[in-house]
Amino acid sequence: MTTAVKVQLALATVMFAVAPWIVNAAPHEATMGLVYKIYFFHMPSAWMFMIAAIVSGVASARYLFTKNPKSDATAVAAAELAVLFGLLALVTGPLWARKAWGVWWVWDARLTSSLMLFLIFLAYLLLRQFGGPGSEKLSAGLALFGMANVPFIYVSVNVWRTLHPKTSVVPTLPVEMGIPLWFCVTAFLLLFLALLSLRASLERQRGRIDALYLAEDEA
Amino acid sequence: MRHLRLLLTLALLLGPALASAQPQPSPDEFVPISEIPPEERIPAINLVAAAYGFVWVAVLGYVWSLGTRIKKAEDEIARLERKGS
Repeated sequence: MTTAVKVQLALATVMFAVAPWIVNAAPHEATMGLVYKIYFFHMPSAWMFMIAAIVSGVASARYLFTKNPKSDATAVAAAELAVLFGLLALVTGPLWARKAWGVWWVWDARLTSSLMLFLIFLAYLLLRQFGGPGSEKLSAGLALFGMANVPFIYVSVNVWRTLHPKTSVVPTLPVEMGIPLWFCVTAFLLLFLALLSLRASLERQRGRIDALYLAEDEA
Repeated sequence: MRHLRLLLTLALLLGPALASAQPQPSPDEFVPISEIPPEERIPAINLVAAAYGFVWVAVLGYVWSLGTRIKKAEDEIARLERKGS
Protein backbone atom coordinates (compact mmCIF):
# COMPACT_ATOMS: atom_id res chain seq x y z
CA MET A 1 0.00 0.00 0.00
CA THR A 2 1.50 3.36 -1.04
CA THR A 3 1.68 6.38 1.27
CA ALA A 4 -0.88 8.23 -0.85
CA VAL A 5 -3.40 5.39 -0.44
CA LYS A 6 -2.75 5.22 3.32
CA VAL A 7 -3.35 8.98 3.62
CA GLN A 8 -6.53 8.76 1.50
CA LEU A 9 -7.88 5.85 3.58
CA ALA A 10 -7.04 7.53 6.89
CA LEU A 11 -8.64 10.82 5.84
CA ALA A 12 -11.72 9.07 4.47
CA THR A 13 -12.10 7.06 7.70
CA VAL A 14 -11.88 10.21 9.86
CA MET A 15 -14.31 12.07 7.59
CA PHE A 16 -16.82 9.20 7.59
CA ALA A 17 -16.59 9.06 11.39
CA VAL A 18 -17.20 12.83 11.69
CA ALA A 19 -19.88 12.97 8.94
CA PRO A 20 -22.89 12.05 11.17
CA TRP A 21 -22.19 15.07 13.42
CA ILE A 22 -21.78 17.43 10.47
CA VAL A 23 -24.93 16.07 8.81
CA ASN A 24 -26.82 16.32 12.10
CA ALA A 25 -25.81 19.99 12.42
CA ALA A 26 -27.27 20.82 8.97
CA PRO A 27 -30.74 22.43 9.09
CA HIS A 28 -33.88 20.46 8.17
CA GLU A 29 -35.27 21.01 4.69
CA ALA A 30 -38.57 22.96 4.74
CA THR A 31 -40.87 20.37 3.11
CA MET A 32 -39.10 17.03 3.61
CA GLY A 33 -37.79 17.59 7.14
CA LEU A 34 -35.28 15.13 8.55
CA VAL A 35 -35.43 12.52 5.78
CA TYR A 36 -33.71 14.79 3.25
CA LYS A 37 -30.47 14.20 5.21
CA ILE A 38 -30.14 10.90 3.34
CA TYR A 39 -29.15 13.20 0.47
CA PHE A 40 -25.71 13.80 2.05
CA PHE A 41 -24.77 10.16 1.50
CA HIS A 42 -27.07 9.40 -1.44
CA MET A 43 -25.79 12.09 -3.81
CA PRO A 44 -22.03 11.41 -3.28
CA SER A 45 -22.74 7.68 -3.78
CA ALA A 46 -24.51 8.46 -7.05
CA TRP A 47 -21.66 10.72 -8.18
CA MET A 48 -19.02 8.08 -7.37
CA PHE A 49 -21.18 5.55 -9.22
CA MET A 50 -21.04 7.70 -12.37
CA ILE A 51 -17.35 8.59 -11.92
CA ALA A 52 -16.50 4.89 -11.52
CA ALA A 53 -18.41 4.10 -14.72
CA ILE A 54 -16.49 6.80 -16.61
CA VAL A 55 -13.11 5.63 -15.21
CA SER A 56 -13.92 2.04 -16.18
CA GLY A 57 -15.02 3.12 -19.66
CA VAL A 58 -11.93 5.28 -20.30
CA ALA A 59 -9.58 2.59 -18.96
CA SER A 60 -11.36 -0.03 -21.11
CA ALA A 61 -10.94 2.14 -24.22
CA ARG A 62 -7.24 2.50 -23.40
CA TYR A 63 -6.98 -1.26 -22.93
CA LEU A 64 -8.67 -1.97 -26.25
CA PHE A 65 -6.27 0.36 -28.09
CA THR A 66 -3.00 -0.29 -26.18
CA LYS A 67 -3.52 -3.82 -24.70
CA ASN A 68 -1.88 -2.47 -21.56
CA PRO A 69 -2.77 -4.78 -18.61
CA LYS A 70 -2.57 -1.80 -16.23
CA SER A 71 -5.51 -0.19 -18.02
CA ASP A 72 -7.44 -3.44 -17.76
CA ALA A 73 -6.70 -3.59 -14.02
CA THR A 74 -8.01 -0.04 -13.60
CA ALA A 75 -11.12 -0.89 -15.64
CA VAL A 76 -11.92 -3.94 -13.47
CA ALA A 77 -11.30 -1.99 -10.26
CA ALA A 78 -13.55 0.87 -11.36
CA ALA A 79 -16.25 -1.57 -12.53
CA GLU A 80 -16.33 -3.20 -9.10
CA LEU A 81 -16.57 0.23 -7.47
CA ALA A 82 -19.37 1.18 -9.86
CA VAL A 83 -21.32 -1.81 -8.52
CA LEU A 84 -20.51 -0.90 -4.90
CA PHE A 85 -21.43 2.79 -5.17
CA GLY A 86 -24.34 1.99 -7.47
CA LEU A 87 -25.73 -0.31 -4.80
CA LEU A 88 -25.35 2.45 -2.20
CA ALA A 89 -27.17 4.96 -4.42
CA LEU A 90 -29.92 2.49 -5.37
CA VAL A 91 -30.57 1.51 -1.74
CA THR A 92 -30.37 4.95 -0.10
CA GLY A 93 -32.49 6.57 -2.85
CA PRO A 94 -35.64 4.47 -2.25
CA LEU A 95 -35.27 4.95 1.53
CA TRP A 96 -35.46 8.68 0.93
CA ALA A 97 -38.17 8.39 -1.75
CA ARG A 98 -40.47 6.38 0.51
CA LYS A 99 -40.85 9.36 2.80
CA ALA A 100 -40.49 12.19 0.29
CA TRP A 101 -42.56 10.78 -2.57
CA GLY A 102 -44.66 8.15 -0.77
CA VAL A 103 -43.25 5.31 -2.91
CA TRP A 104 -40.05 3.25 -2.82
CA TRP A 105 -39.47 3.42 -6.57
CA VAL A 106 -40.79 5.04 -9.76
CA TRP A 107 -39.85 3.96 -13.26
CA ASP A 108 -38.75 7.41 -14.37
CA ALA A 109 -35.79 8.09 -16.67
CA ARG A 110 -33.25 8.81 -13.88
CA LEU A 111 -34.00 5.77 -11.76
CA THR A 112 -34.43 3.36 -14.65
CA SER A 113 -31.23 4.44 -16.40
CA SER A 114 -29.32 4.27 -13.08
CA LEU A 115 -30.58 0.72 -12.57
CA MET A 116 -29.50 -0.10 -16.13
CA LEU A 117 -26.00 1.24 -15.46
CA PHE A 118 -25.79 -0.83 -12.29
CA LEU A 119 -26.87 -3.96 -14.18
CA ILE A 120 -24.34 -3.27 -16.97
CA PHE A 121 -21.47 -3.23 -14.47
CA LEU A 122 -22.87 -6.24 -12.64
CA ALA A 123 -22.83 -8.01 -16.03
CA TYR A 124 -19.25 -6.78 -16.50
CA LEU A 125 -18.16 -8.45 -13.24
CA LEU A 126 -20.04 -11.66 -14.05
CA LEU A 127 -18.40 -11.73 -17.48
CA ARG A 128 -14.96 -11.30 -15.90
CA GLN A 129 -15.71 -14.02 -13.36
CA PHE A 130 -17.17 -16.65 -15.66
CA GLY A 131 -16.33 -15.52 -19.21
CA GLY A 132 -13.03 -17.40 -19.44
CA PRO A 133 -10.15 -16.37 -21.74
CA GLY A 134 -10.90 -13.34 -23.92
CA SER A 135 -13.50 -11.93 -21.55
CA GLU A 136 -11.27 -8.85 -21.04
CA LYS A 137 -12.11 -7.49 -24.49
CA LEU A 138 -15.82 -8.32 -24.25
CA SER A 139 -16.08 -6.70 -20.84
CA ALA A 140 -14.16 -3.64 -22.10
CA GLY A 141 -16.88 -3.21 -24.73
CA LEU A 142 -19.52 -3.53 -22.05
CA ALA A 143 -17.80 -0.84 -19.93
CA LEU A 144 -17.77 1.52 -22.93
CA PHE A 145 -21.50 0.94 -23.34
CA GLY A 146 -21.95 1.64 -19.62
CA MET A 147 -19.94 4.86 -19.82
CA ALA A 148 -22.11 6.06 -22.71
CA ASN A 149 -25.09 5.75 -20.35
CA VAL A 150 -23.66 8.27 -17.84
CA PRO A 151 -24.46 11.58 -19.63
CA PHE A 152 -27.95 10.23 -20.28
CA ILE A 153 -28.43 9.63 -16.53
CA TYR A 154 -27.09 13.08 -15.69
CA VAL A 155 -29.32 15.08 -18.03
CA SER A 156 -32.38 12.82 -17.72
CA VAL A 157 -33.88 14.92 -14.90
CA ASN A 158 -33.66 18.09 -17.01
CA VAL A 159 -35.06 16.54 -20.18
CA TRP A 160 -37.87 14.25 -18.98
CA ARG A 161 -40.60 14.82 -16.43
CA THR A 162 -39.59 13.15 -13.18
CA LEU A 163 -40.03 13.34 -9.43
CA HIS A 164 -36.24 13.52 -9.07
CA PRO A 165 -34.78 17.00 -8.39
CA LYS A 166 -33.06 18.74 -11.32
CA THR A 167 -29.27 19.17 -11.61
CA SER A 168 -29.66 22.85 -10.66
CA VAL A 169 -30.30 21.89 -7.00
CA VAL A 170 -26.65 21.52 -5.93
CA PRO A 171 -25.39 24.97 -7.05
CA THR A 172 -28.36 26.67 -5.39
CA LEU A 173 -28.05 24.98 -1.98
CA PRO A 174 -27.70 27.35 1.00
CA VAL A 175 -24.27 27.34 2.67
CA GLU A 176 -25.50 25.43 5.76
CA MET A 177 -26.53 22.54 3.50
CA GLY A 178 -23.69 22.97 0.98
CA ILE A 179 -20.89 22.52 3.54
CA PRO A 180 -22.05 19.07 4.78
CA LEU A 181 -22.72 18.02 1.19
CA TRP A 182 -19.21 18.91 -0.06
CA PHE A 183 -17.69 17.41 3.10
CA CYS A 184 -19.41 14.10 2.31
CA VAL A 185 -18.50 14.35 -1.39
CA THR A 186 -14.81 14.77 -0.39
CA ALA A 187 -15.03 11.78 1.99
CA PHE A 188 -16.57 9.61 -0.72
CA LEU A 189 -14.02 10.78 -3.30
CA LEU A 190 -11.08 9.97 -1.02
CA LEU A 191 -12.60 6.56 -0.30
CA PHE A 192 -13.15 5.98 -4.02
CA LEU A 193 -9.54 6.89 -4.90
CA ALA A 194 -8.10 4.68 -2.15
CA LEU A 195 -10.30 1.70 -3.07
CA LEU A 196 -9.56 2.17 -6.77
CA SER A 197 -5.80 1.99 -6.13
CA LEU A 198 -6.13 -1.03 -3.84
CA ARG A 199 -8.45 -2.94 -6.16
CA ALA A 200 -6.27 -2.20 -9.20
CA SER A 201 -3.20 -3.42 -7.30
CA LEU A 202 -5.07 -6.65 -6.48
CA GLU A 203 -5.78 -7.14 -10.18
CA ARG A 204 -2.09 -6.62 -11.00
CA GLN A 205 -1.16 -9.15 -8.30
CA ARG A 206 -3.53 -11.64 -9.89
CA GLY A 207 -1.79 -11.05 -13.23
CA ARG A 208 1.51 -11.78 -11.51
CA ILE A 209 0.10 -15.00 -10.03
CA ASP A 210 -1.00 -16.10 -13.51
CA ALA A 211 2.49 -15.32 -14.85
CA LEU A 212 4.11 -17.31 -12.04
CA TYR A 213 1.85 -20.30 -12.73
CA LEU A 214 2.72 -20.10 -16.43
CA ALA A 215 6.44 -19.99 -15.61
CA GLU A 216 5.94 -22.99 -13.31
CA ASP A 217 4.21 -24.95 -16.09
CA GLU A 218 6.92 -24.13 -18.60
CA ALA A 219 9.72 -25.12 -16.19
CA MET B 1 -71.12 -32.42 -23.66
CA ARG B 2 -67.80 -33.40 -22.13
CA HIS B 3 -66.17 -30.33 -23.69
CA LEU B 4 -68.95 -28.10 -22.41
CA ARG B 5 -68.52 -29.47 -18.89
CA LEU B 6 -64.78 -28.94 -19.14
CA LEU B 7 -65.31 -25.35 -20.31
CA LEU B 8 -67.75 -24.68 -17.48
CA THR B 9 -65.37 -26.10 -14.90
CA LEU B 10 -62.55 -23.97 -16.31
CA ALA B 11 -64.75 -20.87 -16.30
CA LEU B 12 -65.71 -21.52 -12.68
CA LEU B 13 -62.11 -22.03 -11.68
CA LEU B 14 -60.68 -19.15 -13.68
CA GLY B 15 -63.50 -16.69 -13.02
CA PRO B 16 -62.42 -15.56 -9.55
CA ALA B 17 -58.76 -15.50 -10.62
CA LEU B 18 -59.54 -13.30 -13.63
CA ALA B 19 -61.78 -11.06 -11.56
CA SER B 20 -59.03 -10.51 -9.02
CA ALA B 21 -56.58 -9.85 -11.86
CA GLN B 22 -58.50 -6.74 -12.88
CA PRO B 23 -56.27 -3.63 -12.86
CA GLN B 24 -55.88 -2.43 -9.29
CA PRO B 25 -54.46 0.98 -8.41
CA SER B 26 -50.73 0.44 -8.84
CA PRO B 27 -48.68 0.76 -5.64
CA ASP B 28 -45.94 2.34 -7.80
CA GLU B 29 -48.03 5.38 -8.60
CA PHE B 30 -47.33 8.59 -6.74
CA VAL B 31 -49.27 8.83 -3.48
CA PRO B 32 -48.99 12.07 -1.50
CA ILE B 33 -47.71 11.49 2.03
CA SER B 34 -50.87 13.00 3.49
CA GLU B 35 -52.93 10.22 1.82
CA ILE B 36 -50.83 7.33 3.13
CA PRO B 37 -52.59 5.46 5.96
CA PRO B 38 -50.97 6.18 9.36
CA GLU B 39 -49.92 2.53 9.82
CA GLU B 40 -47.88 2.74 6.61
CA ARG B 41 -46.05 5.93 7.58
CA ILE B 42 -42.44 5.20 8.51
CA PRO B 43 -40.68 7.59 10.91
CA ALA B 44 -37.99 9.56 9.07
CA ILE B 45 -35.35 8.68 11.64
CA ASN B 46 -35.72 4.95 10.82
CA LEU B 47 -35.14 5.63 7.11
CA VAL B 48 -32.17 7.93 7.76
CA ALA B 49 -30.62 5.41 10.17
CA ALA B 50 -31.19 2.58 7.68
CA ALA B 51 -29.57 4.58 4.85
CA TYR B 52 -26.49 5.60 6.85
CA GLY B 53 -26.22 2.16 8.45
CA PHE B 54 -26.40 0.44 5.08
CA VAL B 55 -23.64 2.68 3.64
CA TRP B 56 -21.39 1.98 6.62
CA VAL B 57 -21.96 -1.79 6.57
CA ALA B 58 -21.54 -2.03 2.78
CA VAL B 59 -18.33 0.04 2.73
CA LEU B 60 -16.81 -1.80 5.71
CA GLY B 61 -17.82 -5.14 4.18
CA TYR B 62 -16.20 -4.22 0.88
CA VAL B 63 -12.98 -2.99 2.56
CA TRP B 64 -12.82 -6.22 4.57
CA SER B 65 -13.39 -8.33 1.44
CA LEU B 66 -10.74 -6.38 -0.48
CA GLY B 67 -8.24 -6.75 2.37
CA THR B 68 -8.86 -10.51 2.51
CA ARG B 69 -8.40 -10.88 -1.25
CA ILE B 70 -5.18 -8.83 -1.24
CA LYS B 71 -3.78 -10.90 1.65
CA LYS B 72 -4.65 -14.14 -0.16
CA ALA B 73 -2.97 -12.92 -3.38
CA GLU B 74 0.16 -11.81 -1.48
CA ASP B 75 0.39 -15.20 0.24
CA GLU B 76 0.01 -17.02 -3.06
CA ILE B 77 2.70 -14.88 -4.73
CA ALA B 78 5.07 -15.55 -1.83
CA ARG B 79 4.35 -19.29 -2.02
CA LEU B 80 4.90 -19.44 -5.79
CA GLU B 81 8.11 -17.40 -5.55
CA ARG B 82 9.44 -19.69 -2.82
CA LYS B 83 8.55 -22.69 -4.97
CA GLY B 84 10.23 -21.16 -8.03
CA SER B 85 13.48 -20.18 -6.35
